[in-house]
Amino acid sequence: MVTVHALILAVAMFSLGLVGLLVRRNVIYMLLSIEIMLNSASLAFIAAGARWGQADGQVMYLMILTLAAAEVSVALGIVLQLSYRFRTLDADAFSEMRG
Amino acid sequence: MEWLFYIAAAVALTATIRVITHLHAVHALLYFVVSVLALALIFYLLGAAFAAALEVIVYAGAIMVLFVFVVMLLNQGPLTVEQERRWLSPGIWIGPSALALVLLGEVFVIIAGGGLGSADPVPIRPKEVSISLYGPYVIAVELASLLLLPGLIGAYHLGRRRAKERG
Repeated sequence: MVTVHALILAVAMFSLGLVGLLVRRNVIYMLLSIEIMLNSASLAFIAAGARWGQADGQVMYLMILTLAAAEVSVALGIVLQLSYRFRTLDADAFSEMRG
Repeated sequence: MEWLFYIAAAVALTATIRVITHLHAVHALLYFVVSVLALALIFYLLGAAFAAALEVIVYAGAIMVLFVFVVMLLNQGPLTVEQERRWLSPGIWIGPSALALVLLGEVFVIIAGGGLGSADPVPIRPKEVSISLYGPYVIAVELASLLLLPGLIGAYHLGRRRAKERG
């Protein structure tokens, strides 16, 4: 029963991260929301692995951890560059590509 | 010991809500560290002790330190001193500290109880994870190294261009 509730918690945390990503316009907070979503995904993997008693969930957790470390190092470099060039962290200000 | 899980889940949700609603980046980071610690406790309760240790060491230790460094680097204006004085007022630490104390109490309960009970999920030991990781999943390890190398080069490149412009 705990594993089912852990999956529900993962869904709730993923939704919170998604809401944060959509609502906040500061790049740092958007990165934090992405981290929350990655965290909830790893919680879902661990809960599923515990439910079936298999090690695969933790292997996928290690992969997510690697992904998060690589993503954060590159993304924070980009944030520093944005801050030095535009003097702001507002995501709406970086609209030169007219996307 | 199901109630430990529910308390930790409540702490994780509260801290996450505070992360996305807070206005100061450093406070949001503090709450995010608490949320990561609560998730580590949940991992332990789900029988993944190795994953819990990695969550504390890599997420709360390494990734969050990177975030704190960048937030501190970005605040180099004339208002910084005033801002930091506001940030360091004692009232701010109460919220994250209270949540972290709840988690600490749970850890004490677990230690006093001598580990997980029999009703909890069966623990998956690091040995099984390692056998699986370097057996059927060895191609994923290679892919992870392929991911980490561009990450390293990308971070080096992004950090280096600014030094060249300034010099």
